Amino acid sequence: MNVNEEYDVVVVGAGHAGCEAALACARLGLETIIFTISVESIAMMPCNPNIGGSSKGHLVREIDALGGEMGKNIDRTFIQSKMLNESKGPAVHSLRAQADKAEYSRSMRRVLENTDKLTIRQAEVSELIVEDGIVKGVKTYSGATYHSKAVVLCTGTYLKARCIYGDVSNYTGPNGLQAANYLTDSLKANGIEMYRFKTGTPARADKRSIDFSKMEEQFGDKKVVPFSFETDPKDVQIDQESCWLTYTNNKTHEIIRANLDRSPLYSGNIKGTGPRYCPSIEDKVVRFADKERHQVFIEPEGRYTNEMYLGGMSSSLPEDVQYAMYRTVPGLENVKIVRNAYAIEYDCINSNQLKSSLEFKKIKGLFSGGQFNGSSGYEEAASQGLIAGINAALSILGKEPLILDRSEAYIGVLIDDLVTKENFEPYRMMTSRAEYRLLLRQDNADLRLTKKGHEIGLISDERYERLLEKEKQIAAEIERVSNVNVGANKKVQELLEKYGSTPLKSGTTLAELIKRPELNYEVLADIDKNRKELSDDVIEQVNINLKYEGYITRQLKQVEHYKKLEGKLLPDNFDYNTVSGLRKEAQQKLNKYNPRSIGQASRISGVSPADISVLLVHLEQMRGRK
Amino acid sequence: MKSDTIAAIATGMGNSGIGIIRMSGDEAIAIADKLFRSKKKGKTLKEQKSHTVHYGNIVYNDNVIDEVLVVVMKGPNSYTKEDVIEINCHGGSLVMKEILEAVIKCGARPAEPGEFTKRAFLNGRIDLSQAEAVIDVINSKNKFALKCSVEQLSGKFSEEIKSIRDMLIYNIAYIESALDDPEHISLDGFSQKLNVDLINVKKRIKKLLDTADDGKILKEGINTVILGKPNAGKSSLMNILVGEDRAIVTDVAGTTRDILEVQINLNGITLNLIDTAGIRDTEDVVEKIGVDKAKKYAKEADLIIYVVDASRKIDDNDEEIFDIIKDKNTIVLLNKNDLNTVVGASDINRYIENCPVISISAKEQTGIEKLHDSIRKMFLHGEINFNDEVFITNIRHKAALSEAYNSIELVMRSIDDGMPEDFLSIDLMNAYEELGKITGEAVEDDLVNEIFSKFCMGK
Repeated sequence: MNVNEEYDVVVVGAGHAGCEAALACARLGLETIIFTISVESIAMMPCNPNIGGSSKGHLVREIDALGGEMGKNIDRTFIQSKMLNESKGPAVHSLRAQADKAEYSRSMRRVLENTDKLTIRQAEVSELIVEDGIVKGVKTYSGATYHSKAVVLCTGTYLKARCIYGDVSNYTGPNGLQAANYLTDSLKANGIEMYRFKTGTPARADKRSIDFSKMEEQFGDKKVVPFSFETDPKDVQIDQESCWLTYTNNKTHEIIRANLDRSPLYSGNIKGTGPRYCPSIEDKVVRFADKERHQVFIEPEGRYTNEMYLGGMSSSLPEDVQYAMYRTVPGLENVKIVRNAYAIEYDCINSNQLKSSLEFKKIKGLFSGGQFNGSSGYEEAASQGLIAGINAALSILGKEPLILDRSEAYIGVLIDDLVTKENFEPYRMMTSRAEYRLLLRQDNADLRLTKKGHEIGLISDERYERLLEKEKQIAAEIERVSNVNVGANKKVQELLEKYGSTPLKSGTTLAELIKRPELNYEVLADIDKNRKELSDDVIEQVNINLKYEGYITRQLKQVEHYKKLEGKLLPDNFDYNTVSGLRKEAQQKLNKYNPRSIGQASRISGVSPADISVLLVHLEQMRGRK
Repeated sequence: MKSDTIAAIATGMGNSGIGIIRMSGDEAIAIADKLFRSKKKGKTLKEQKSHTVHYGNIVYNDNVIDEVLVVVMKGPNSYTKEDVIEINCHGGSLVMKEILEAVIKCGARPAEPGEFTKRAFLNGRIDLSQAEAVIDVINSKNKFALKCSVEQLSGKFSEEIKSIRDMLIYNIAYIESALDDPEHISLDGFSQKLNVDLINVKKRIKKLLDTADDGKILKEGINTVILGKPNAGKSSLMNILVGEDRAIVTDVAGTTRDILEVQINLNGITLNLIDTAGIRDTEDVVEKIGVDKAKKYAKEADLIIYVVDASRKIDDNDEEIFDIIKDKNTIVLLNKNDLNTVVGASDINRYIENCPVISISAKEQTGIEKLHDSIRKMFLHGEINFNDEVFITNIRHKAALSEAYNSIELVMRSIDDGMPEDFLSIDLMNAYEELGKITGEAVEDDLVNEIFSKFCMGK
């Protein structure tokens, strides 16, 4: 007799998406089982050794505000941390931390192992059970059946995975782990459209073979800011490891150009589509032919390993070419490679098959997240895993799904892009994708999303109370400084002069002074006697809200317009062929996507503004007829 | 899409030489065939080529309603891209109504206002901006306004807007890509380059906005009030301008007791002329009402023509008028230069500076040309060239242009303040979107229906 068990939720895959999905479901009280090909690979980081970075740091903080685990886990296991882009506006500040990879994975595994109602199971899921368009569970390769009310697919890069460099190719997942070779066929049999994407990773080198004296040392921040709003800032002021910066040169590029014909990308051996925004070094050399050098970041893989990650030089060139090209880089002249760079090809889905809740349009109870949905990156994966898990749980609990819109969160932008835009390459989060990024800052992710996390049940009452208190303090302090009058006295004029600010002609308020580009809340302390002691994060909000008030107001107006179009709902399963003013392409696309609103329709590639005005007039006319 | 067939009287409802009943839709030709009897036996419209004219009668219930010409236009080569029939009949309102009733009884449905154009739009024949221009063509009051609208229809204005938008989106995209890939795309010196582009954009928007003011005036006319003491010659002036004895002219002071309004065309510029009761302190109740009204109109006017009787000294009544007009566009006419004059330009300039003072004689009709020139100079920016310029005549367009202009100024101020580039894209985007509202490339929900609701029946 085969094993036959019942769960509320089955999660397939225990990478960054799967972990968040499983934790969310179990924490919401549902019996959850998570499958992994190898328990050792839970929350593995098979590529870059860091979490966060430009716009991805935003995602991590949003995950944290909704009650996810990634932020806490990196706070426990980071070895260097940096706030990026500090010279630019607060919208693009982004936190990035180097992880101790082994520790990161172990720490997450410990969390999973100690979560009630969560079962970890090492097995390969080979079949999806679907009856009448409703998911009923999964079967494993060994023949066991796991019945469930919902299934969350987070298979990452494992489906029919193939690793390639030069003419060498292995049918394995990342790091030589076993691929999952059966599930794709079962998905296809259930009518799911599959794509094949590729991504890649650079070589890892032995630290002892690197000459760091030829590189620039990159330190962490003196004062580290934690990712999680629950982490005490005191706990993250640790001894940090350094990273190193060096550059490729013409010689490197020559070697790459001379061997392009041996690259599986150019020889046609790789069929999958790679990410434009996370290109291999050979891609960069071809695309930016006039650039004389490209950055190479040498980053530790952990505190207790000699392996170093050669960031910026991912490749699928043959082994001998890899040696030759790496050794042209200053400091890497005698480099010893521990693991080769390689490209990996895998099956994923066309994410247009998903609703905004990350449930499949055609299969009830089936959700998915992560690279399986055609994204790239740990943070993108975790974000979707969290939302897919939350919505799987909410659907079982008979509640409305959690859908974040583009004005609420980067996560909202990410998912909306995945489900409404044509996506022919691994999707990477970027600042430019968020239209309302001045509102979606990493510093206010808690203010934006903690309420939602609390409502769902992933944020404790205590944390929620703290947020309300923070909100109150911010409002009160803004109110106070707006009413503190500052006279044109000597002390004030001296302070202004010190910061190169125009002297006052008559009295003003403290808030007006904070708005001056060369001043801020902190430097005005001396002329603000009644100032109370406030936490750094409250001060930060006061400062930003006052300084950028005009911009924020204008962005809020843009959001208002956006929301209006989101609120104009389109009939479900409407036949767009009946609207002859729409161009053929628009008709096809609209029929395929079945958008929820005029707003969403306007973002579908192939639907032009003219088509949208036609739709608007048509809607109005239909309403008139009724 | 199967479309029902709509019908409406396409010409004015008054009695006129000719009237047109227009139908559009799948059944338009079949419906026409039910009613049309050609002089040639057995000839049906269905068998005719597109864009042909046919002579015959409209017969309903065996009654000949009228002798007509029927124009057949087959979709998609028609205004609506559907089959269109136009029945040209005699222009009596009764005849037109009867024919319309007949086509409706035969299966057509009365069209809503603007529905023909709405269909043209829905069927992809015209874009939003062109649809909007169609209204303006219909509502054009003078040659100039018509020309503006026709130009908008042909897309000259859209082209200029599109070219400005291209410049903006290029810069937005540059900032965005530099944020995403700072290693390969540098923002060094970008702000200065952007500033150069913005100066250019600002200038071009300003030019369009200037034409908007000109355009409004050219299209809607200048609201002009004629003021003066009783018997200064206001009504005589009005009569010269109008070219007929519209106002009552007598030698008795205080004859014009109410307000007279008439629209005249002065070499392509429309003046909405308002003649008023002479302003004086009066006990006459009726006359007093006229005087109060005159003051009120003067306050709202675009232009005041102040007629001074140059043969009489300036008195308290004139001073009261000077008080009314001190902040307005004013042209002072020293009338009656055919008599002995006691008031000169310097007397006027003591009360108001920098206002044109022209000596005329309404009686002899001299000096009127100078008045024309003054008005042109006062209201039009530079030379109006009716051939090449794009003029903005639409209030919605003007509003969008102003918004875009303000946003560009905000971007330039941000650059001045040394704000990081990621802030610039907020206002750049606003400018881009505002301009997009004009060409219909930015999605505006309210706008779309508003445009079609402004149409009259039959278009």
